[in-house]
Amino acid sequence: MPIVLIVAEQQPDGNLRKASLNAISAGKALADKAGAELHLVLLAKDPAKLAEELKGTGAKAVHTAAAPEFEHYLAETYAPAIAALAQELKADYVGMASTAQGKDLMPRVAARLKAAMATDVMAINGSGADVTFTRPMWAGNVFAEVKLTTPVKVFTVRATEFPAAATGQGAAEVKTFAAKVEASKTKFVDFKEVKSARPELTEARVVVSGGRGTKGDFKEIEALADELGAAVGASRAVCDAGWVPNDLQVGQTGKVVAPQLYIAAGISGAIQHLAGMKSSKTIVAINKDPEAPIFQVADYGLVEDLFKVLPALRQAIHGLK
Amino acid sequence: MKILVTAKRVEDPESKIKVKPDGSGIVQEGLKYKINPFDEIGVEEGLRLAAKHGGEVVVVSIGTKDVQEQLRHALAMGATRAVWVNHAGALDQLGIAALLQKVVEKEKPDLVVLGKQSIDDDQNQVGQYLAEFLGWGQATFASKVESLESEAEKNKVPAVALTADGKAVRVVREVDNGLATLEVQLPAVVTTDLRLNQPRYASLPGIMKAKSKPIEELTPEKLGVDVTPRIQVLKMSAPPARKAGIKVPDVATLVEKLHNEAKVV
Ligand SMILES: Cc1cc2nc3c(=O)[nH]c(=O)nc-3n(C[C@H](O)[C@H](O)[C@H](O)COP(=O)(O)OP(=O)(O)OC[C@H]3O[C@@H](n4cnc5c(N)ncnc54)[C@H](O)[C@@H]3O)c2cc1C
Repeated sequence: MPIVLIVAEQQPDGNLRKASLNAISAGKALADKAGAELHLVLLAKDPAKLAEELKGTGAKAVHTAAAPEFEHYLAETYAPAIAALAQELKADYVGMASTAQGKDLMPRVAARLKAAMATDVMAINGSGADVTFTRPMWAGNVFAEVKLTTPVKVFTVRATEFPAAATGQGAAEVKTFAAKVEASKTKFVDFKEVKSARPELTEARVVVSGGRGTKGDFKEIEALADELGAAVGASRAVCDAGWVPNDLQVGQTGKVVAPQLYIAAGISGAIQHLAGMKSSKTIVAINKDPEAPIFQVADYGLVEDLFKVLPALRQAIHGLK
Repeated sequence: MKILVTAKRVEDPESKIKVKPDGSGIVQEGLKYKINPFDEIGVEEGLRLAAKHGGEVVVVSIGTKDVQEQLRHALAMGATRAVWVNHAGALDQLGIAALLQKVVEKEKPDLVVLGKQSIDDDQNQVGQYLAEFLGWGQATFASKVESLESEAEKNKVPAVALTADGKAVRVVREVDNGLATLEVQLPAVVTTDLRLNQPRYASLPGIMKAKSKPIEELTPEKLGVDVTPRIQVLKMSAPPARKAGIKVPDVATLVEKLHNEAKVV
């Protein structure tokens, strides 16, 4: 039986990165279409706790390898271990969420497997040997249906396009394997986490984003976000200026989000920004310029000064409670 | 220090991309082309490193004769010479990385700097494939702690830092939830993110000088690489359009709609 192998990701804080669950449900959809079995793999210093969590996602098996070297993720140590497991299992597909780690790691895995790769898979089509992937190109201006023709096929999953797999179902077999850790030419130095009490941008139900129109004053953006229990996002212009951490950039080359509600204030709506938020359920745009392209994707547009609108909006929403 | 950088030819990021009615590709008429913005950041970083540590920047591009325009752009910014891999037709990331591997083996640079992705394919793969093919370390999504408005940026200080012994580079990377720092032994592959630097404009003397800088021509055949694509693009389509929205006159109406119509607050 063909095998789909999905790589799960541990965050630096030890928890499972949520996008892994979306990748697992993409893996399930793929396994159904390709008539394959779903397997998961997790590398960690101590994978036991997350393996327990992954056990209940409906996969056939969870493969784990433990090594002190896996404490800090490095493509150079992870790729050989994952590629070796894929070869041993004779996996036909190897996938992972399109996180920073997924994007860094999977091409290196693909290179070892002489595999072609599709990044940011949004849909899986066809069946059996004729499975194809839909993925975005040109900042999401084009959806391309692609077929990978190498024996092993590698992909990353756009998490917003697949539901998160539930964790309480079934009990996969947890198998440990001995990963050979190769000497690495790369050394982990440090990780400076941007701590925030707000929800994770890619997981939040509501996102409030600010653009250059804020002139760097994010107080009202943050206050509205806190009223809504929302995450804060930003356009490239704002991150480039150093007004907010880079990690908050939404767009083609930043984070892709699809919350229930996306509020864009002082953002013009360049195609690169739209690429990261266009599939949000409801979009609100607040912009002084009635011609701003953001209004073309907004369900509700308000042509006004954001500094006037945001406090009023916050108070009105507070009043609903 | 010898630095190899890339200069892919891509559609201008400002241009409106439309899919052909038959789904076979995008409408080419009226499009302008540029160096991939992430590659341009790579060229800039290479030039800063060469200015600080001595050495040269060699720029490579793969494609038809048209890519000479992007090579000349990099030469005008200050690269010393160029390598053009002459190839017409589709290429996938496996093929591109295999060609670059051969160029690297020929040129023997200390560092290869590429864009993290090209804004046409949006694949974000080539640097990582290349590093693995070469057996080198990689630092993707290179960025820096200082902002693009900082003093260091104004003084064109390279963000990729050579270690004291000159044998490795220290790279700050943009990753989920923060910045990760790696030290990678040379030779190494670095891919650039947006906040690494602000590329310089080519000066008029730079543009004049670029005209006489050498461009070496190679082909996949000469490099012994089979570039038959292993990614088939079966069909392209336009993304589904969003339902047209409305403009609301004031905050009260907005909140009423969000509460009663969209039911999101
Ligand atoms: C290779 C590449 C990759 C890119 N990737 C991304 C990406 O991932 N994400 C991204 O966002 N961008 C990206 N960009 C940049 C993108 O093209 C735009 O430049 C950027 O999104 C603009 O940010 P902005 O809308 O905040 O600024 P601007 O375009 O300057 O818009 C500011 C808006 O604020 C409005 N405004 C000003 N004052 C007020 C006020 N008081 N009240 C209300 N409205 C006001 C103005 O009318 C204007 O519409 C990329 C570009 C390139 C070339």
